[in-house]
Amino acid sequence: MPIGIRTRDLRKVYTSPPPMAATGSMFRGPKKKKDGKKDGKKFEVTALDGVSLEVHPGEIFGLLGPNGAGKSTTVGILTTRIRPTSGEAWIGNHEVWREQVETKKLIGVVQQKPNLDFALTAREILEFHAAYFGISSKERVQRATELLERFQLTDRADEIVRGFSGGMMQRLSIARAMMHDPQVLFLDEPSTGLDPQTRLLLWDIIRDYQRLGKTILLTTHNMEEADALCQRIAIIDHGKVIALGTPTELKTSIPGGYLLRVRFSATPDGVVRRLKELPGVSEVKIQGTSADLYADRGGALVPAIVAAASAEGAELSDVHISEPSLENFFLHHTGRSLRQ
Amino acid sequence: MNWKTFAAMLSRDAHVARRNALPLFLQILLQPLLFVFIFGQVMIRSGMVTAAYKAMLLPGIMAIAMLMTGATAVSMPIIMELLTKEIEDRLLAPMETKWLAFEKMVAGMVQSLIAGMVVLPSAWLLMGRNTGVSFAHPFEFAALMLLIALLASAGGLAMGCSVGQSHIGLLFSMVLAPMIMFGCAYYPWSALNSFPILQKVVLVNPLVYASEGLRGTLAPHVPHMPILLVTSILVVADLLLITFALNRFHRKTIG
Repeated sequence: MPIGIRTRDLRKVYTSPPPMAATGSMFRGPKKKKDGKKDGKKFEVTALDGVSLEVHPGEIFGLLGPNGAGKSTTVGILTTRIRPTSGEAWIGNHEVWREQVETKKLIGVVQQKPNLDFALTAREILEFHAAYFGISSKERVQRATELLERFQLTDRADEIVRGFSGGMMQRLSIARAMMHDPQVLFLDEPSTGLDPQTRLLLWDIIRDYQRLGKTILLTTHNMEEADALCQRIAIIDHGKVIALGTPTELKTSIPGGYLLRVRFSATPDGVVRRLKELPGVSEVKIQGTSADLYADRGGALVPAIVAAASAEGAELSDVHISEPSLENFFLHHTGRSLRQ
Repeated sequence: MNWKTFAAMLSRDAHVARRNALPLFLQILLQPLLFVFIFGQVMIRSGMVTAAYKAMLLPGIMAIAMLMTGATAVSMPIIMELLTKEIEDRLLAPMETKWLAFEKMVAGMVQSLIAGMVVLPSAWLLMGRNTGVSFAHPFEFAALMLLIALLASAGGLAMGCSVGQSHIGLLFSMVLAPMIMFGCAYYPWSALNSFPILQKVVLVNPLVYASEGLRGTLAPHVPHMPILLVTSILVVADLLLITFALNRFHRKTIG
């Protein structure tokens, strides 16, 4: 029976820089302060600000957002590694923080940075991991051999992992998380630092694992990955869920769908008015000398934009057209790019 | 409590310790054994100290070896494992995290006990059989050994969870070196009678009780603190250190 994931109004406020449990780039210094004072002394970062999610049993669910949005903190709380300030989290019927041991039996976790046991060989890492979960020694050996083969690590299986490349470590981390056959798999930025070939291998493995009836929650700041893998996506920014739905739903919910980023030598008011009146344009956002146009068409609009600009004495200096994508969706809602 | 998980983690630590046994052994035991040789052979044969010094010295060397081995065996790996986060896979194993801390302490105790036991045959090799120590009180001896091993490993866990990688060198030169010198290992506590202030100050040093306790049970004829007092202080010190270490471990590992 596949198992779902549920959170209710999760909040996490760090009052001191977090220990090893949380990763993510937001902890370089206090960004947001609750009281708004700028004394610089009191460390307070709101990493999660009321996140409620429901991941259906057996689906691949994506948490998409820029670095520091709260993705890793959400995963940390769901995997017993970060204690929430308030709110609740469940894996199946187990409340994560009240039933930690039961929760840990159900989950497999791949953290953002490889955290392999450097004192052991690849094979030993898998076998000891299975031993921690009480799997018999015969089964450990058999599963380790299968997974090493599957993840193309057999050649180096009996080497200490310290000398492994980043991609190999990442593959081994995922193999390790699957060793005890968990019902729910958490993957925090699984394809960061992987070459394209390995990324495709990883995607295949994730899809295959889901076909076995497992639930998978992955975080990513890569829209392509979210789009290719996930049945549903929650877009998260500044510790809040700003949108939730299937990739298609999210993409088509942006007005127009196409995004044209154009830059002019100058943007007199007249230009904006003329751009808004162009056929198919549903929204225009101005930032300095550039403008974002959300429209139902792409390249076909360019001649009209050039004409509109020159009619007001401005000159077009740059155009970038992107097709309907999650990136555009994110940009539309936050005004920022996912990669920023 | 999940004993299978606990046992698997112990066997992981045993596996790693076996792999690093020789360098670890040399790192910890070489210095005290050289000390045994210089004071137990060179100084005695040249007549600079009397043969009775052997019985005084040997329990102190055992105490140093046990404390250093236990503390190093726990603190060094934990500092690295916290830094590289490689401890994560054990934190995610189906067992309450505090048991991982206990597992680390048990593994450290075993290594500390082995180090203590290795000193004896090595000393016989270096000083001759006639070292003047006796095992007339096996139960006292066993109890003290366990308490000292626990002191070493709980101390190691507390240090490992309090000190960052960049401060390891400082830890050794500022904490462990004075601890050894003022630990009454090379001389009995009563030898400090003529330094009354120093004699009081060294009482904060747990090595004093380890040395004096082992001296009391292995070489009762040498001046030493009362064994009951030493044992009680070690019990209290162990409990305090365990509580502190568990607290530090929790704070270091849970966000």
